Formats: sequence, structure tokens, C-alpha cells
Amino acid sequence: MNITKTLDAKGLACPMPIVKTKKAIEGIESGQILEVVATDAGAKSDLTAWCKSSGHELVNINDDQGVFTFYIKKG
Amino acid sequence: MAEKKKTNIILFSGDYDKTMAAYIIANGAAAYDHDVTIFHTFWGLNALRKDEKLQPKKSFMEKMFGKMMPRGANNMPLSKMQFLGMGPKMIKGVMKKHNAMPLPDLIDMAKEQEITLLACTMTMDLLGLKKEELLDDIEYGGVAAYIAEGEDGAINLFI
Repeated sequence: MNITKTLDAKGLACPMPIVKTKKAIEGIESGQILEVVATDAGAKSDLTAWCKSSGHELVNINDDQGVFTFYIKKG
Repeated sequence: MAEKKKTNIILFSGDYDKTMAAYIIANGAAAYDHDVTIFHTFWGLNALRKDEKLQPKKSFMEKMFGKMMPRGANNMPLSKMQFLGMGPKMIKGVMKKHNAMPLPDLIDMAKEQEITLLACTMTMDLLGLKKEELLDDIEYGGVAAYIAEGEDGAINLFI
């Protein structure tokens, strides 16, 4: 997978992972991949819902002992 | 592109915790690309007060109100467990530990995300709050301003 940009949202609490993800995705082109790393326990459902509603594709989620890595393809 | 969805929040409460909830929802909705407006009325106006001591011309009653109400978001009390001021200190400590954003930062973030902060002018008059006491770059309005936004709002909350 070709990652265009990585956002480190580790340690950030709600609502910051979503707010920062939105900002980060504005900086890439449609079809490019944004990688987001977050530790907020709610981030999994938050980002999943956000992608669905905002028209981006959540390609994959990795859960490594509470460190979530999301791969989001911009819609 | 489809028209943006709208989120409207009426902030009536002057409590730190409730205001925090309002601003977290507002910032979240802005990240969903909603047009977001927070209508501050009654005690909720205190979130928009400047921290500094200002002395605009006021009647006796207005001065009393001004003294009794918190000056700005950071000085607002909790809705529960106030404990004569210990509560807010405790919760701010816990928030720091958990990396939660303090309320004044959430308000800055709201401005950065172009959330409309609106002050209700009728209750400003009742509480004796003047425009120069409130944050710059906010808007002013009344019930019609809320209804206009609220009638096609996807989310409408009263906090």
C-alpha cells in the first residue's frame, strides 16, 4: 500500500483524532492513502463512522495492543 | 456537491462540563463537514466572556450580575461536584492527565474550524453583558436566527 501521508494522533482524546484526520485528509488527493495512528479507545468506531459519512474508504485497521492504525483512502 | 448538513447547539448552561460537551460535539460535527452554530443564551453567554476585567458603563444591577457570573470559560463551575472550587481544579488535573482538551482550547478550535458562535442579544441585555465583554469575531442574534438554522438542521441540541 502506498501511503501518502501519516498522521500521528497518539495520546489525543476525543474529538481531536477526528478533527486532525479531517484536516490531514484535506491535504491529499482523491485516491491517495492517509495513515492515522491513534490510541483513543473510541477512535475505532469514531473513524469508521466518520469515513462512512464523509465518503472516504477505510481500507484497513490494525489493532496493536491499543494502538490503532487506520488506512483511509480519500474519496 | 450536496449542500452541507447543519448542526445547531443551544448552549443555555453556564457549567464547565456541559459547555465542554457542547464544544466537543460542535468540533466533531465540524469535522463531519457540517455547518455548525452554537447559540449562547442565558448562562451559556459566560463561555464567551473575556477573561480580563472590563468596566463598560453599567447600571447597579448589571454590575452585580457581572460580578457574580464567571468571567470566561476557564472560570466556569461544574454542574456536579463543584466543592467550592476544588471540583474544577480536580477535573482540569484529570483532563490534563488524559490529554483531553481544556475548554478554552476547544473554543479556539471551534473558531479555527469556522464554527459560528452566536450570542443571544436579549439575554445579554437581561444579564447586563456588553459586546466589548464578549469575544471578538462572534455573531449576535435572537430566536429567529436559531429557527432559521434549526429548521433545516440535521442535529439540534439544547444543552
